[in-house]
Amino acid sequence: MADGTTIPVGMTPARSNAGGSSSMKRFANRKSTTAFLLCLPLILLVGCFVVYPAFYAIYLSMLNKKMTAFVGLGNFAFLLKRHTFQLVIFQSCLFAITAVVLKAFFGFILAHLMHNIPGTTQKIWRGLLLVPWVIPLALSTLTWWWMFDPSYSAFNWILNQFGLDNVPWLGVGWIARLCTITVNVWFGTPFFMIMYLAALKSVPEQLYEAASIDGANARQKLFFVTLPMMRNIISITVLFSLIVTFADFDIVRILTSGGPQDQTHVFATYAFQIGIQSGDIPLGAADSLFMFPILAFAAFFVLRGVTQRTKEIAA
Amino acid sequence: MSATTADSHVFRKTSLHRQRLWALWGSYAALAVFVVIFLVPPFYTIVTSLKSSAEISAQSGSPWMVNHPTLDNFWYLITYPNFQTYYLNSAMITVVTVAVSMTISVMAAFSLSRMGFWGSQTLSTGVFLTYLVPPSLLFIPLFQIVGWMGLINNIWCLALLYPTLAVPFCTWIMIGYFSSIPKELDEAALIDGASYVQILLKIFIPVAMPGIIAATIFAFTVAWGAFLYPLAYLYTSNQMVLTVGIISDLIRGDVFQWGKIMAACLLASLPPIVIYAFLMDYYVAGLTAGATKG
Amino acid sequence: MAEVSCRKVVKEYDGGVQAVKGIDLEIADHEFVVLVGPSGCGKSTTLRMIAGLEEITGGEIWIGGDVVNDVPPRDRDIAMVFQNYALYPHMSVFDNMAFGLKLRKFPKDEIKRRVDEAARILDIGMLLDRKPRALSGGQRQRVAMGRAIVRNPKVFLFDEPLSNLDAKLRVQMRTEIKKVHQTVKTTTVYVTHDQIEAMTLADRVVVMNHGVIEQVGTPAEVYHRPTSRFVAGFIGSPAMNFLPCHIDEAGGGGLMVRVNDAVKIKIPAERTARYMPFKGKEMVFGIRPEHLTQRKEEGRPGFEPVDLLVDVVEPMGMETMVHFFVDGAPICARLDPETSAEPEKMLGLTADMNQMHIMEKETGKVV
Repeated sequence: MADGTTIPVGMTPARSNAGGSSSMKRFANRKSTTAFLLCLPLILLVGCFVVYPAFYAIYLSMLNKKMTAFVGLGNFAFLLKRHTFQLVIFQSCLFAITAVVLKAFFGFILAHLMHNIPGTTQKIWRGLLLVPWVIPLALSTLTWWWMFDPSYSAFNWILNQFGLDNVPWLGVGWIARLCTITVNVWFGTPFFMIMYLAALKSVPEQLYEAASIDGANARQKLFFVTLPMMRNIISITVLFSLIVTFADFDIVRILTSGGPQDQTHVFATYAFQIGIQSGDIPLGAADSLFMFPILAFAAFFVLRGVTQRTKEIAA
Repeated sequence: MSATTADSHVFRKTSLHRQRLWALWGSYAALAVFVVIFLVPPFYTIVTSLKSSAEISAQSGSPWMVNHPTLDNFWYLITYPNFQTYYLNSAMITVVTVAVSMTISVMAAFSLSRMGFWGSQTLSTGVFLTYLVPPSLLFIPLFQIVGWMGLINNIWCLALLYPTLAVPFCTWIMIGYFSSIPKELDEAALIDGASYVQILLKIFIPVAMPGIIAATIFAFTVAWGAFLYPLAYLYTSNQMVLTVGIISDLIRGDVFQWGKIMAACLLASLPPIVIYAFLMDYYVAGLTAGATKG
Repeated sequence: MAEVSCRKVVKEYDGGVQAVKGIDLEIADHEFVVLVGPSGCGKSTTLRMIAGLEEITGGEIWIGGDVVNDVPPRDRDIAMVFQNYALYPHMSVFDNMAFGLKLRKFPKDEIKRRVDEAARILDIGMLLDRKPRALSGGQRQRVAMGRAIVRNPKVFLFDEPLSNLDAKLRVQMRTEIKKVHQTVKTTTVYVTHDQIEAMTLADRVVVMNHGVIEQVGTPAEVYHRPTSRFVAGFIGSPAMNFLPCHIDEAGGGGLMVRVNDAVKIKIPAERTARYMPFKGKEMVFGIRPEHLTQRKEEGRPGFEPVDLLVDVVEPMGMETMVHFFVDGAPICARLDPETSAEPEKMLGLTADMNQMHIMEKETGKVV
């Protein structure tokens, strides 16, 4: 046929023969069957290892510890009465919200700084600033643990040089919480920076010029041009990060294992402790499911934001 | 105001110009501060990895400097059979995950972006939603499921589970890239006589190669650094991957061998760092693909 | 309203590239001046320097009696209409137009009054609640103009505002802009690469090329009395015909233009003294297509016969464009629609030599 695209031996193209609506229907059928088949592995994978477990978790959470009897919402009630779990709820929210706010704040500042410098040097700075995100979180958290070590902390050494006392980084509740948040902010700010920088670049330069001529100073340009244009990306990124930070496991597990005295536990680590380590699977499932309302809420808004963004780009 | 400059070659540096210079140098200074803060932990990792246990416990002088650098820690790890196992396991599982994930993602993305079938729009949204379901929600029920399959403490359970971490986002990236390929290309190929599979292989994949590379890098990073699933399901050293292996193996009792631990972290971080160093643009493209491509 | 003045203005980029090479321009109050020229001639750069969006490397720009080199755009009291409209996508039409006034803390009723007035002038009153993405190109352009009008600035600046519109809309908007200027009378600097826009809109036309001003004059001046080959060839569509020629003696003390042995045209008597110094030299002869006709004008002074070989005939309905080749140089004539021109046949034309131009070959200067 046409030169260039020859059909290799062995491939039978879905060619429709001319004439007859039945063969046309067959062709359409072939196309949508192929389409479905191409999607099948995805559907199977997600169905078996994401959707099914999610529903199974609901079932599991309503069993007793030996998984022999149905206890309804008993596990949830039990958890809510426990002081540790109340701490977990508080700490998870504190951790997620504080960390995300800080990440958005620093990410925004960094994006602006990056936007100000010429493009050629941007790449170098970007390369350096993205490093926290590239190192596997579990491993970089180990380094932080070492830097917070009670006896050998490198940070304490610096404090000592200025005549200040050692700080028991991971030994006191509030300070330990701050440490976990710090590690998360260190890890996640580059992501925010990259997203916000991309969003900043997509704002047409002429809008700023028009605003200049209309009489706007730098602060007014930020509020009336930059932020509104970035509103969608900001909300998508924040909500997305809320989900991921809320469900974070690695940092707390490695840094404190939930201590001292359960004062840094979040849902994920507590579920691991009671579910896997103590062997009470249904209770662990119940713990994890507490995350669901927040996640669903955030997911809904992320989805809405992304759909809006797609429409915005098309306009 | 000042008189007209008679000589047109006398260029006046306006105060606006000077203001912009100040802003530029201020930006560089602020960025430098951030860079220092961001690179402190990696720097400390390297410094510690070069120290012997003796030097670490002696605590003389600044912990931020190495007085007697040694490569003993690295040598120990490279010759330590468990560590070799961890590294090989990680490599093997990551390669398998990347291959499986990319195959599934590309096929699904092609189907969802180009070939409509009943329910494909819902499926696209659904794919995106599954990305938002975190592992910390699923690992408990999965414990049961992995148990039924008899794969507890078997590294191959990860080959099934890791793709769930990568596939949703990779599919989403690929849908974005595939959608941006003009439909006229398909039509020209169809007229030329190609089947859909051929269109995928000969047109879409080559044209969307940047997206494929970005998605591959993402899948690699996710698989290499995963921690919760292996921690929950693997218990003996010969099955472990690097992230769990380092933590459960090298941290023994109260005697922390931080030099070795840091060296291990360094060695384990090398592949992602190397990929990042050479393919940074694709790395970033993968991150931003989701939101900015819509 | 104010005068605008550019004195020896230079724009140089890093690396020594000079986009604007020292221009002097005086624009009077209420005047509508059009900067026209090909891409890269420096017209947009000049406009942006007047706006304050580009730094001035050398020279001075004055607006309304003050030097504005160091003054940021927001304090120059100017308004600008961009090629891509630059409307704020997240604001309604009303808010877009009111933005500048809100920043300057105008009272609400004053803002409303001004916006309504501008909307009335531009006929966009029913669009005030819509967002830009719900508007057509022409409507967006009108909103952009409305944004400029409400500010009541000293100067309007237009940066190729009609380039993004289709041909029909462009003609319509051109008239709108002219009407607005008649109503509001603000000093206007308008940049375009389309010489038709320049001719129809301008009080004075500034023709630029390679960063310098070639000629400043009324549309009639630049059309009928261009001072350089560039201006002669740039203004007017279809473009002026250019032929290399010699100035030779014709009988009776007069001169003639000799292109080749077949094409010799007498020069009108009143120009003999003007061209005498160039006798025998190689020059460039220019004549506009509409000045080559088929009408028999025997006896009328300055109308000389010339015969050319027809190459292509293009009937346009209202006239017929006939193309010729003379020694490889293309020539075009605008003839009546009933012309008898046929390809590959000789055609007898009459050249209106009162409208001819002679240019120096090397410098392009019109003599």
